[in-house]
Amino acid sequence: MCSLLEAMRVPILKQGNYVIASIQSALTDDDLLQLRDGLTSHVGRYRSKGVIVDVTALDVMDSFATRTVRDLALMVRLRGAKTVIVGIQPEVAFAMVQLGLELGDVGTALDLEEALEWLHDECR
Amino acid sequence: MMNAADTYVESDRAIPIVRDTDVIAARQEARALASRVGFTGTDLVLIASAVSEVARNIVAYAGPGEVVLSVVQNRSRLGLQVIARDQGPGIADLSSALEKGFSTSRSLGLGLPGSKRFMDEFRLESTLGIGTTVTMRKWLS
Repeated sequence: MCSLLEAMRVPILKQGNYVIASIQSALTDDDLLQLRDGLTSHVGRYRSKGVIVDVTALDVMDSFATRTVRDLALMVRLRGAKTVIVGIQPEVAFAMVQLGLELGDVGTALDLEEALEWLHDECR
Repeated sequence: MMNAADTYVESDRAIPIVRDTDVIAARQEARALASRVGFTGTDLVLIASAVSEVARNIVAYAGPGEVVLSVVQNRSRLGLQVIARDQGPGIADLSSALEKGFSTSRSLGLGLPGSKRFMDEFRLESTLGIGTTVTMRKWLS
């Protein structure tokens, strides 16, 4: 029921029509790009309808991370699925606003449960 | 801008910046030191972000280089100083580098301008063919 992409810093789990990436620790720029590409190809391979990226473990979302998540959501959308970002820490959110960093057209949720509900509504 | 009366409280901590894992090391060390100085919450994230941006610039354009962290003091005020320096190609157009939305690489172009706005002191010096040095300070209020 779950698949784990090898050689990736971020485990990607398949659950029904959705795919869940749970970031465990700080990621390098290359890790972020790999996550973006891995999720995009995953969506094509498994015909996933929704992508959840859990960023609870990230204590910084700088300009590169924000851009990569934004690009990820855009690519996933072009492949016919929706993206929701889960668990942006309050102080990270404050910092992003102060720096003028925007995620663009991507769903956000406080926790996994809310994210699944959001996708359920969006993908109906 | 950089006041001669400022004193250095702690010996400098230099982090070599060569590859993208060093960017993480630099921002984590900056965050830890900032926390020891007394910064909290969003300030810690903003300091870590600023260090991330300047360290990434070194990896993307001008590696190798280094990030040097120090605790500074002005009268009773404590602060964190971050110096990011490299011996890279230098920046041809300094004012564009600090402009919102300007990027020659793969970022949002918000890195340096965002950091400049948040930091209390920010100085960008660059000489073509010699290298670039960014000096930033954030004072504890």
